[in-house]
Amino acid sequence: MNNTNNIDAYRRKFLMGVAGTATAITIAPGLLLRQAGAKAPGDEISNKNRWGMLIDIDRLPNGGQTVVDACQQEHGWGHEEESNDKQKAQWVRTVHVKEKLTGHEFDLPVMCQHCETAPCADVCPTGASFRRKDGVVLVNKHICIGCRYCMMACPYKARSLVHEALFDQKPHSPRGKGTVESCTMCVHRIDKGQLPACVEASNGAIIFGDLNDENSEISQALKAKGGKQIRADLGLNTGVRYQGI
Amino acid sequence: MFGKVHNVLALAAIIGLTALLTGCGDTAPEPRVETAKAKAEHCVEPTDVMRRNHMEFILHERDETMYEGVRSSKHSFKGCINCHVPASDASGKPVNYLTADHHLNPEHFCATCHAYVGVTLDCFECHSDNPEGAAPSDSTHAALNGGADHE
Repeated sequence: MNNTNNIDAYRRKFLMGVAGTATAITIAPGLLLRQAGAKAPGDEISNKNRWGMLIDIDRLPNGGQTVVDACQQEHGWGHEEESNDKQKAQWVRTVHVKEKLTGHEFDLPVMCQHCETAPCADVCPTGASFRRKDGVVLVNKHICIGCRYCMMACPYKARSLVHEALFDQKPHSPRGKGTVESCTMCVHRIDKGQLPACVEASNGAIIFGDLNDENSEISQALKAKGGKQIRADLGLNTGVRYQGI
Repeated sequence: MFGKVHNVLALAAIIGLTALLTGCGDTAPEPRVETAKAKAEHCVEPTDVMRRNHMEFILHERDETMYEGVRSSKHSFKGCINCHVPASDASGKPVNYLTADHHLNPEHFCATCHAYVGVTLDCFECHSDNPEGAAPSDSTHAALNGGADHE
């Protein structure tokens, strides 16, 4: 009986696909382009997309501190009253780098790099750390047990554990004691077709887009000028790339 | 003769039933729906369905949102809170699910029944217990981290 249902569902899907393609061709080619990028809130995510960010550190306002503040404002982290500085949540931080040979100095914001082969998801004993189909690496806090294996596995030190009971969380960004958290690439925004909070605050220094779509702004920018991964030697194929480092 | 006995019995039964019902009325709380009624004509499901199955709806929606990124379902947790919890009480303070002494606050829509039936309400350890745009609560909640476990 189940099999019959599956076959019916398959037929329906196939027929709708055929009808859909026909309509798309007859309406307008422009419409298809828009459909490929943005997603309506009710749609499921798709592995056709891979979301990424390209950060031009030379154009970042205030050495990157502006985007850190924007993230903090959006998600409400960093105000843990009972935690010491090492325990406090930090989803994104600015790192100061000096090259000894040349004396060249710069700041860059470092957060979850949304790796294709994410070490955090590899080591998670409960499956709470996972990579969404569209490339965003998240923690499912409903099943996170707070063991912090992922924090040790992450080469970017991108994750934090919440050490205390919290209150007044943002409705779009649930956070709680005993769970690990990190940059979510603002999934609550991109699922509705909006830009992440840091990208909006970056004054054009951060490009957000689909790495799988060769016509997207981010792919074009990467093609034109390239973009570096930090710790590229680890071969993690990160979703966050940098220019100017 | 028989009529009299019947009358007395009936009267006793009515008095007994009334006493029973009054007793129930005193203990079992009614969830406060005025806030939601002011915002929408009816809930996303009939009342009896919601009373019995709300946790199933929320759980299903939880996984769809987490893994599939679906954020428009009518059974959204944020939707419940936005509709059912007022932005502030009569004195202008937000209505939190816990009181200052770490007990469930019966004034909060969810906590009314959960406190009565003794079922833990751990959604709000991570999720906001207030509607979007509500004022931040005062520092009494900081007491949560001071020593004794709540509940």
